[in-house]
Amino acid sequence: MTEVLVVVEHSGGAVKKVTLEMLTLARTLGEPAAVVLGGAGTAGPLTAKLGEFGAAKVYVAESGELDGYLVAPKVSVLAALVRDASPGAVLLASTQEGKEIAGRLAVRLDNGLLTDIVDLAPDGTATQTVFAGSTIVTSKVTRGLPLATLRPNSLTPTPAPVTPEVSTVDVQVADGDKLARVVDRKAEQKGSRPELTEASIVVSGGRGVGSADNFKVVEELADLLGAAVGASRAATDSGFYPHQFQVGQTGKTVSPQLYVALGISGAIQHRAGMQTSKTIVAVNKDAEAPMFELADFGVVGDLFKVVPQAAEEIRKRK
Amino acid sequence: MNIVVLVKQVPDSGSERNLRPDDNTVDRGSASNVINEMDEYAIEEALKVQEAHGGEVTVVTAGPASAAEAIRKALSMGPDKAVHVLDDALHGSCALGTSKALAAAIRTINPDLVLAGAESTDGRVQVMPHMLAERLGIAALTGARKLTVDGSALTIERQTEEGYEVVTATTPAVVSVWDTINEPRYPSFKGIMAAKKKPVTTLSLADLGISPDEVGLAGASSTVLSASKRPPRQGGTKVSDEGDGGVKLVEFLVSEKFV
Ligand SMILES: Cc1cc2nc3c(=O)[nH]c(=O)nc-3n(C[C@H](O)[C@H](O)[C@H](O)COP(=O)(O)OP(=O)(O)OC[C@H]3O[C@@H](n4cnc5c(N)ncnc54)[C@H](O)[C@@H]3O)c2cc1C
Ligand SMILES: Nc1ncnc2c1ncn2[C@@H]1O[C@H](COP(=O)(O)O)[C@@H](O)[C@H]1O
Repeated sequence: MTEVLVVVEHSGGAVKKVTLEMLTLARTLGEPAAVVLGGAGTAGPLTAKLGEFGAAKVYVAESGELDGYLVAPKVSVLAALVRDASPGAVLLASTQEGKEIAGRLAVRLDNGLLTDIVDLAPDGTATQTVFAGSTIVTSKVTRGLPLATLRPNSLTPTPAPVTPEVSTVDVQVADGDKLARVVDRKAEQKGSRPELTEASIVVSGGRGVGSADNFKVVEELADLLGAAVGASRAATDSGFYPHQFQVGQTGKTVSPQLYVALGISGAIQHRAGMQTSKTIVAVNKDAEAPMFELADFGVVGDLFKVVPQAAEEIRKRK
Repeated sequence: MNIVVLVKQVPDSGSERNLRPDDNTVDRGSASNVINEMDEYAIEEALKVQEAHGGEVTVVTAGPASAAEAIRKALSMGPDKAVHVLDDALHGSCALGTSKALAAAIRTINPDLVLAGAESTDGRVQVMPHMLAERLGIAALTGARKLTVDGSALTIERQTEEGYEVVTATTPAVVSVWDTINEPRYPSFKGIMAAKKKPVTTLSLADLGISPDEVGLAGASSTVLSASKRPPRQGGTKVSDEGDGGVKLVEFLVSEKFV
């Protein structure tokens, strides 16, 4: 069976959920082969999980150079691997780095690229949602092999355990790949909440939350639901919540099982980042807020009354 | 410092956007067109670097004739001149094709610094800066929320999921920016008037030494097979809070098995 390369997204020694989605998708296309790229010792803690979701093979490329420079060295490793393994398809995650690697790889191999896909059929036909989820297109790479980035939360990962064959990849990095040097990495408030783009539930607050301090109300509900916290641009621009949590056109695109919008009017640019969510719940004191046009369940009311009561009710039921 | 800033004209994200029914390319006639928002931040950053280090700022755009509006708007913020890559054969280009044309246009300017938006709002592909760096063989510092220029040394803070990375390179380099990097200036009346007289050079594919079948629909490396509008979401139940709104909300979450 032809191999399908899955470029592993990982963070803090753990495989990210989108990787498990890619492996699940890859199983319908051929034999999943995970590719781990990182510094020495990266693959060790990841291999078991990759096997659990069907990675028959794990290619391990480890070198300080893969971590020490931006993107390009990883592209060199992948380009060589594509030439050697002649895979049937290559999947990456639709994250900033995933798309950057894919873009460079496309140039290097002169191979077409499809970004932000939500599905890929065995004949190479991909499904994408464009224009803020308002339009669905099917598309195909017509030069080279199917090279695509999968949007997180596109499908439900299912296990299919195998014992992976681990294969070490020789890391050859050219001088031209070492032009952008990473000199420092700084973590900022991550805490214990799930990552915004990967979370199954997202609770977001908007201008209606009123202040940074009041965001506690949003965080409390989020924590009770095991959710990530998001924010509208009005909320991030006003300094209520850090910018990296912005959802929408110029922020993150999320597609969780449940999206809870608190004090968010539902401007088209906000909807752009969340309207493919499976279920949407809104609390807004304005009965005419456009967010209600999307919401499966809406409460017209003051969020400072409704949300604490909801939190109390969840605690009671737990 | 010789600076290029890449500006793309996109359909306004605030209006309804469509694909053309005939060839499934972005319909640039059905919505009003604007400068890709993120590119305004790139222009601002280019002007700031120019103010501190001197040199020239050139706007570079690949797009149809209508993109001339975006060029004037960009110039009214302050850049000195512009290059418009304009050729009917570019219609329907994939990212690979566009990057080929843009890279060739950038080469004619031989800049020290190429500034770009981190992503465009129509395609949201986030690939152009790296594709260009790959083609030009220069460094790519992408996703910046801060840029420091010290002689030929460039340092950015690259926004990541976890926080940020400090990344360095020497010129020439491509730097792409997020909207956290600065506050773009509004064009002044003087700026708008001055922009009308600033030189705009139009370059065709022939000028760039690119054959028409390498780009556009003819040279595209991917194709859209079908496009359909998603049925608009239907609003569901809406209740007014009568003192039990929070409980009702949780009852809904329970019925959907989220609690
Ligand atoms: C190019 C461009 C890109 C953009 N990108 C983004 C983006 O990525 N993400 C984004 O979110 N926006 C984006 N915007 C901005 C967007 O147009 C809206 O301005 C923004 O989403 C509004 O945020 P909001 O809903 O929080 O604020 P508002 O529109 O002010 O809405 C606040 C809501 O809170 C309600 N409210 C107030 N108090 C309470 C209370 N006590 N209880 C309950 N409800 C209450 C009000 O009724 C109102 O509906 C972009 C705009 C442009 C032009
Ligand atoms: N046709 C184009 N003309 C000029 N600049 C472009 C073009 N396409 C993309 N860019 C630049 O590349 C950035 C990222 O775009 P994208 O990769 O399409 O998301 C944009 O913000 C622009 O600065």
